[in-house]
Parts: sequence; C-alpha cells; structure tokens
Amino acid sequence: MQTLFALLVAGRRSFRLAIPTVLLAVVLALPATAAEVKRVVSPGGIEAWLVEDNSNPLISVEIGFRGGAVLDPDGREGTASMTAALLDEGAGELDSVTFQEELNDRSISLRFSAGYDRFGASLRFLTRERDRAFELLRLALTDARFDEEAVERIRGQMQASARRRAQDPSSIAWTALGRLVQGEHPYGRSARGTESTLAAVTADDMRAFVKDSIARDRMFIGVAGDITAEELGPLLDETFGDLPATGSATVIPETSPRSEGGLAIIERPVPQSIAVMAQPGITRDDPDYYTAFALNYVLGGGSFASRLMQEVREERGLAYSVYSALSPRDEGGLIVASVGTRNDGVAESIDIMRDEWRRFAEEGPTAEELADAKTFLTGSFPLRLDSLRGIAGMLLGMQMEDLGIDYIDRRNDYIEAITLEEAKRVAKRLFDDGQLSIVVVGQPEGLTATLDAPSGS
Amino acid sequence: MPLSRAFGLPLLAVVGLLLSFGPPNAAQAQVFNPESGVLDNGLQVVVVTNRRAPVVTHMLWYKVGSADEPLGKSGIAHYLEHLMFKGTENLGEGEFSEIIARNGGRENAFTSFDYTGYFQIVASDRLALMMEHEADRMANLVLTDEVTLPERDVILEERSTRIDNQPGGQLGEMSRASLFVHHPYGRPIIGWRSEMEQLSTQDALDFYETWYAPNNAVLIVAGDVSFDEVMELAEKTYGKIPARDVPERNRVVEPPHWAPQRVSLSSDQVGQPSFSISYHAPSYNLDPEGQAYALEVLSEILTGNTGLFYDELVRDQKLAVAAGAYYSGDSLDLGTFGVYASPVAGVDIETLEEATRALIDRVVAEGIPAEELEKAKRRLTDSAVFARDDASTAARVFGQALTSGLTIEDVEDWPNRIEAVSLEDVNAAARAVFSDSTGSVTAVLLRADDERS
Repeated sequence: MQTLFALLVAGRRSFRLAIPTVLLAVVLALPATAAEVKRVVSPGGIEAWLVEDNSNPLISVEIGFRGGAVLDPDGREGTASMTAALLDEGAGELDSVTFQEELNDRSISLRFSAGYDRFGASLRFLTRERDRAFELLRLALTDARFDEEAVERIRGQMQASARRRAQDPSSIAWTALGRLVQGEHPYGRSARGTESTLAAVTADDMRAFVKDSIARDRMFIGVAGDITAEELGPLLDETFGDLPATGSATVIPETSPRSEGGLAIIERPVPQSIAVMAQPGITRDDPDYYTAFALNYVLGGGSFASRLMQEVREERGLAYSVYSALSPRDEGGLIVASVGTRNDGVAESIDIMRDEWRRFAEEGPTAEELADAKTFLTGSFPLRLDSLRGIAGMLLGMQMEDLGIDYIDRRNDYIEAITLEEAKRVAKRLFDDGQLSIVVVGQPEGLTATLDAPSGS
Repeated sequence: MPLSRAFGLPLLAVVGLLLSFGPPNAAQAQVFNPESGVLDNGLQVVVVTNRRAPVVTHMLWYKVGSADEPLGKSGIAHYLEHLMFKGTENLGEGEFSEIIARNGGRENAFTSFDYTGYFQIVASDRLALMMEHEADRMANLVLTDEVTLPERDVILEERSTRIDNQPGGQLGEMSRASLFVHHPYGRPIIGWRSEMEQLSTQDALDFYETWYAPNNAVLIVAGDVSFDEVMELAEKTYGKIPARDVPERNRVVEPPHWAPQRVSLSSDQVGQPSFSISYHAPSYNLDPEGQAYALEVLSEILTGNTGLFYDELVRDQKLAVAAGAYYSGDSLDLGTFGVYASPVAGVDIETLEEATRALIDRVVAEGIPAEELEKAKRRLTDSAVFARDDASTAARVFGQALTSGLTIEDVEDWPNRIEAVSLEDVNAAARAVFSDSTGSVTAVLLRADDERS
C-alpha cells in the first residue's frame, strides 16, 4: 500500500510536493566527469555516445526519440504513455508473461517513458546479459505485439492512476494550471491521459505512434559502462538497424502561454491549500538559458538559501514545500512555482511569493547571491555523474539538446561567464509577477478568484 | 509497466531494497568491502572506497528515532532533525547549509523509527569541511524560540502534506497504530498533531542532550577517499567530542493480539480504492526462528510483474490493477510483512479481498512453486552489482543496518544467507507469518461512492 509507509522516513528536505508532470518536463540534468566521451558510429551508420567504465559488470543505455505526448491524437491523450507501457508487454514470439519473465529472470531493467517532447527507453543490465538485453530492446522497439489482454490490463492500470490523480490536490492543481496556461495547445493536455481519453486509445493508435515516431532520424543514444566502442558498434546495427530510417513529420505547434495573470480556485475539503503558478519562460536553446538557470536557483530553485524558501518557510513557517523551477520545452517554456500552506495562510504565502517575484525582476540577484549560485551550480555538476545511469542520461541529453560532445568540459564555463549585469537584465526580461497564472486547490481563506478554473478540473 | 511499480511502496521500496542486494556469487561473499574502525569516544566509522567520481557521501547516523521518544512528545525526533539546521555556538542559523551549497554540495536529513541521519554529497576535497561542521552540531547546537517556533509550523505543514491532506496517509497512520497497539512503532514518525503543537525548544534540547553523542552514532563515508584519510579527519573533528552516557533503547514489547483488526476509510478524495493486510514479522535483528532471510525471498517471489500476486490477481483472475507483497525487516524491533491490491474498475473490494485471502491460504497450504526459489535468489544476489553502481547506496545500507542492531558482517554476508534459504524455509516462514490471523490489520481505502452503493 503506498499509503502505509509514507511516513517511514520523514525527511526534512523532500520539499517538492509532487512532480508537476503536466508542466514540468525534465529539467535537464547536466553532470561532469573526467571520463572520455566517445562518438561511436556503427558500420550501418547509427550513432551513439559512449563512456566506457568497467568498474562494475554493468551497462546502462538511455535512448530518446523526439516527439512524445505532444503528438497524441485529440481525444486520445495518453496514447504515447500507453505505448510506452505496452512495448515491454510482449514482442515478437514472446507474449507478455514470457517477455516479462525473461527480463526478470535475467535481472534486465527495461522501461519506456513518454514526455511531451520525447519518447524514452531506459535499459540497464549485467554484462553477462548484454546480447540478450539488446535483443529484447530490439524486439520491443520493432515488433511489439499489443495483444488484447495486455492492452486491456495496462489500460485498466493507467485509468486507475488517472482516477487517483483526479482526486489528488497537487495533481488537480497542476492539471488545471496546464490547461489554463497552455490553452488548447497539446502542452495543456495531460500527457498520461484521463480515464476517458485512455478508454479511447486503440492498439492501432499505438501501432501508428510506433510507426511514426520510433525512427532513426529522431533517435539519440547514450551508453555508459562495461562495453567498448568496438563491441557497441555492431550491436547498434543489430538492435536499431531494422527501425525505419524516417518517421512522419512531427511539427509541434507554436505556443503562446498565457501571460495575462490571474487566480483560479478549485474548492476541495482539505486542510492545506496547494497553490501552483506559471508564467511564460524560456527554451533550452535561448542564449539566456544559463543565466535563467542560475536566477531560478537564487529565487526558488532548491537550496535553503533561496529567497522563496527563506521568506515563506524559514522566516514565517508557512510551508514545508515552496519552490520555483524552469520548465523548458521544445516550443516555449514556463517558469513555475508551488507552495502548500494551511488554508488560512495560503493568501499570505502567495503574496510573499508575488512580492519576491516582483522584487527579483526589479533588482535581480545580489552579487553575493549570484556568486553563491555559481559556486553551487559548478561545484555540484560532478555529483550527477556518480552512476552509470546518470552518465548515460547525460550523454543522451547532450545530443538531444545539441550541446556538443565536449559539453561536459565547457558547461561550467557557461555558468562562470554570467555577469551581475547580465543577471539583472535577464531577471527583468523574464520574471513578471503580473504574468503569473495561479491555481489554488483547497479551501483558501482571504483569496478572491479572478478566473474560472478550466473546465474539466 | 506503469502501475504495478508505482503503486506499491514508494519509500518502503527504497528502504527495503537497501538490504536487498548481494554479490554475484557466494565465493566473493563480500558486497561492499568496507573498512571500519572505532574512535576512542565510541564513534563507529565505516568507509567504502569508490573512485568513479571525485565525490564523497558523508553520512552521520544517530541510533535514535521516533520509537525512542518520551510518551507525549511524539514527533520530537523529527522536529529535532529539522532544528539541527538552526545553528551552533560557532555557526549561525542555516550557515552550514550555505557553506555546503557554496561548496557545490547537496545535503539532506531523515528520520525513521530507529534512526536519524544527516548527510552531504560533496567533492572529495571538501570532506574535511563537512566533518568539521557535522561534528560541531553534534556537540554545540544552539536553539531559541525565535528559530524553533516557525520550524514547528513547518513540520505541521509537513504533516498536512503527508497525512492530513491525503486519505491514504490518514488510513496508513491508523493501520500502523492498529498493528502496534503498544510498541512505539504504532506512533507516526512525524508525530500526532496535538502533541506536535506543544513541542518546545526545551523538549528538543532534552532529546538532543540525551541521545546525540559520538558513542551513539555511526559515521559512514563512501566514495573517493581512503580509510586512513577518513580516520585521520574523524579524529580531528568528531574525536574531540567526549563520550557520554546514553540510555539503553529499551522499547516496550508488542503483546499478542487477541483479535484481527480492520480499519476502513471512505472519502470523496479517494480516486482509486485499495486495501492491504499487514502482519507482524521477525526483523533481521529480532529473529528468534531465523526466518528473516526466507521472508526476503518470499516477498521477492510474491511481488513484482511476474510475482505470484500479480500473476494470479492481475493477469489471471483480472480482479486487480495492482497486487503484491512486501517485507520490512530492517527494524530494531518487530518487522512487518504485508500484501496489497487495488481493484479493477467494476470489481468490488470485497471480491478482491476474498481472492487475495484465498491466494494467501493457497501459499500457506501448498507452498510456493519450487522453480521460483532459485530465480528469486538469483535476482536478489544480482541486485548487489547494481547496488555498487553509486557510492551513496553503500552508505545508506550500512547506516540503516548499523543503527538497527545489525553488523557489517550481516550486510557483507547477506548474499550467502540468501543463498542458503531452502524451499522449506520459505514455506515455513510463509506459514508462520500468514497464520497469525489475530495479529493482522486489514486497511481498506474506499471511494465515498463505493461505500454508498
């Protein structure tokens, strides 16, 4: 029971209330290592980036395909997510039970996932299972069965999750905010679908998603662990050579996230109100991205020294969790924030956050805050590389974001180069409390809604 | 697989899996190959060298948790954990955190029933700085109402987030209180609200002065560092703090239960019904019949995507969207074993519960399929290699083990003991745990609609 042990460890700092899946895609994690990154190109022309590391008999593979839930057909939201859940539920000659048992008995971890802009595969195994692990991956990517039994079973599981989200205050808030801020754009829909949209997804929809999206022209591969470039090359051809060279064109519509501001309230009988907010943000390829990244760290990006944490939590005890985050997307991006406060205090929490937002835009960070942000962001970079999965994930991100194969060496230079003047300019450019759309779920006192909550929430 | 993993046990999975590893074969018989020593003041030191990245995990674990709290002061262990960031005779409020952040480090702290831990992950050349300040707050904590009162509001908000806003959290709290009617494991770690509201600065200082001493702590450093380096730094920092008398952790004993219990909660806030049955079980530390390792294997066989519960209740009978079992044996006192399931839309919870109980009865009567034993043992021993992939896993495993009555050898020999488990061991353990029908607690989470219908 997920509930039974929710309190086994009550950590001081798990201050993110819930991962706001609707709005917050992966904020790319960018680690650092002395390890050499190799570009491996197979005889058949398939490329992967590799860090060799034989300290344990383990290999980690991270694969990404551009395109994801953003491509879901209208009314069948959740198609990409459901596809992700079904690729390892039977492929080729292997039915679901056989496929799953083989993964389990060989201790092979194979998972697929669908974000808005990216469809991912994550494979982790012991060296002794190398060839079979790649073969099972090939089967899943090229020959998934979508047997009726598996489709209905997975549909039922995903609908159960959707029902749970539909009653969870934090999920309700983020879902409504996504709709409010993104409107009819696919980013405003639920990537995991709702109970009714999941009901509409067919096996043919999922086959179509695979055919359109699982193709070599949009595929990127990161590998780390106990494998050499010479060993990896032929495996790339064997595993991915059967994929179509090209998929269908995927054009993500341009977005113009809501910038008019306003506040909506969704009444729920809970003692703690959840407030979530968003304003238009920045894309990963924006020249100001690194500055924005450092600015968010200062405002509310995770450390206890952040302004939101200091003002809302440390000074006044209004919240356990309060933070802000950049949510970059392929098209557009958002700056989001969240707080959870007792119903009679949430108005004060929101006021403080808006004041800090405004002050930050006007004044930017202090020289000391910027210096501290830089030492943290540069110093913590290597921490992300202490596992093979972390390394492989970074290699994938470097390719998908077009950061260059020497990115690991250069990344901290980008942070170091931020000047105070530039930080103040970008703070003024980006942060605008007047643009904040806010959704509050609970029984907030002293707040007046200026917007209707989006329908369906 | 979306639900079966997500549905289960978020934190338990992490905690439970910490002990679920082992090396690839028994001949190696070593999992992490740690080196250890003890300072003159009684501080135990464990070092696991891992040179992949120029990074260390520095953890200090105190052998005290919520189960050691005085009656009427529930939540004080966790409250003190928060207050440990409020400054010392040498550093102001939050200053240690600022130092860590400025040095590119990450930090956290956590409280459980049996332990309280603090850690930083930093570049290895900053280890000395971390040890200096962690030792400082072991001995020199300064608390005033000015900093403690806002933090009390913070933990009350934390309680709202975890429990009061969540019907599942509320039910879990009641279920646990029912499973342990006398032992302090029945108290929520975060505390009862009415008592949390009354916790004082003096309460926190009393708890600190009673339990926070070098001879009641374990220092674990894992990563890019040698044992000799750690011992030298430890002598210079923690070594200066004198040992103190620390009370025995004499917990009351949970009495046998005369009647099975059932807690049920229905709410409009519940989106998906579910239920669980919890049982008392031996822990690794308190294991008079020698069943802990067999229970670990049993839960491995029963749970997961190809586990017996999923196969039967989800795949074959199509009654559940999720079903599984867990064993939580990493406690100083009594452990727990549990099963859980959540129904497919249209299946009522009674039907699912009946089928689950029938499956338990079948396991008890017929035993587990013989071919599953070796597979489960291999999965468990394989997981040792995965556990070695990052340095902080080793630190967490040793911290948890050494504050819960176990030894380094227990951890390092774990795979051999898993290997030694026989089919009859597993079946005997299953019979022992599941036959204690009066000790069980059934917890049912319902949608308000379901109950009305």
